[in-house]
Amino acid sequence: MNFPSNLRYTKDHEWLLLEGNTATIGITEFAQRELGDIVFVDIPTVGKTLEAEEVFGTVEAVKTVSDLFLPVAGTINEINPELDSSPELVNQEPYGEGWMVKMTVKNPADVEALLDAAAYQALIGE
Amino acid sequence: MKNTPFTHKHIALGAKMAAFAGYNMPISYSGINDEHQAVRNNAGVFDVSHMGEFMLKGENALDLIQRVTSNDASKLTAGKAQYSCLPNEQGGIVDDLLVYCIEENKVYMLVVNASNIEKDWEWISKFNTKGVEMHNISDKTCLLAIQGPNASSMLQPLTEIDLVNLKYYTFAKGEFAGVKNVLVSATGYTGAGGIEIYFEDKDGAADKIWDAIFAEGGPKGLKPIGLGARDTLRLEMGFCLYGNDIDDTTSPMEAGLGWITKFTKEFTSSKVFEQQKAAGVERKLVGFEMIDKGIPRHDYEIKDASGQVIGKVTSGTQSPSLQKAVGLGYVKTAFATQDSEIYIAVRDKALKAKVVKVPFLS
Repeated sequence: MNFPSNLRYTKDHEWLLLEGNTATIGITEFAQRELGDIVFVDIPTVGKTLEAEEVFGTVEAVKTVSDLFLPVAGTINEINPELDSSPELVNQEPYGEGWMVKMTVKNPADVEALLDAAAYQALIGE
Repeated sequence: MKNTPFTHKHIALGAKMAAFAGYNMPISYSGINDEHQAVRNNAGVFDVSHMGEFMLKGENALDLIQRVTSNDASKLTAGKAQYSCLPNEQGGIVDDLLVYCIEENKVYMLVVNASNIEKDWEWISKFNTKGVEMHNISDKTCLLAIQGPNASSMLQPLTEIDLVNLKYYTFAKGEFAGVKNVLVSATGYTGAGGIEIYFEDKDGAADKIWDAIFAEGGPKGLKPIGLGARDTLRLEMGFCLYGNDIDDTTSPMEAGLGWITKFTKEFTSSKVFEQQKAAGVERKLVGFEMIDKGIPRHDYEIKDASGQVIGKVTSGTQSPSLQKAVGLGYVKTAFATQDSEIYIAVRDKALKAKVVKVPFLS
């Protein structure tokens, strides 16, 4: 499985890419494989300011539902508009076209505390 | 956790495995949608060897079956099967099952859900007051379902039994892929056509049949299918899943199973069901499709427009064939008519849905 080294990861299987104080967030290759075919990404929190580890949305696979947890505190600015019609992008390109939200990070230093690729791989036993 | 005779095959094929009814079962291989489409459009193989099989023999076998099941098994002649259920004494359902008539008035096979094998065995045994010979052959019996519009023609070269012309809910016994005494039945849980085959796992029969099926069908696109797609396929047809849509507390009359509840004889709770038929039931199992975007799931509440709870979702999914979110659930009878507007409580929202006819897939 692929875990890009420029991303940060959470124990809840989200990834985060920080650029300035804007972060892009999605779920990992491991997460999409575990979920299987994703059929709906429900993110009702655009414009909201949430704390780290708060639920910002839900991803629905054919068989299962899984909450999405915000890796760090901040404000959700945008959801990936493509996911409404093509949720399967999350399966196909979890780190690319299948990104989920962009947010303004409250404190960019919080990102440092997240897992790096090696630590995340160790967590999932890869 | 128990293995089926095919567990090693699933693992070797890279299936995602999980415990189901105490068995290590494949949930998916290439992905639920892909497997689902394979069965709807071509053919797929399910290992359902975890299911239970009981043989009932003797001159009182039919009498016992008639007393414990809701359908009328006296209509069965040798080579015919029927869908039925085992009611409990409170008007609920112990299990749903298939009854196979091997020899009229003498030998029958009951096929029950894996999770209910012990419960059903004890239940039926309790009513066996006239010395019917009962054998639980679940552990040694393999069951493969080969389903899809091309399943029967694809496997025809493996047997002399006329698979293509085998009528729905009939079966034949014969040699299959060089294995003797295989019961081939034109049944299934997908609505896609095809067969189910039962045979004893001895002298390497399981490997032999599995390998022959894939040697024959593999080049024609036959795929292994997991329990995930089994669920989406059955749900598109509106087939009940025990433990979700029917259970010890649901009546067959509520569940739309009046067609397997025959008052031509007396059986457990038949008086209760007759009364329900005459007076009507308070709730009914209905199919619905989502109008608002969202996916219904087991145990979500169903509400009316004013927010009153009127029932509960029992099964739900995104239908891979229809590309719509659909579900089954019990609602108060007033809301059971087609096109009734209902609302599904999905997380903190009430999403609009409407009652539709089942099968969802016509």
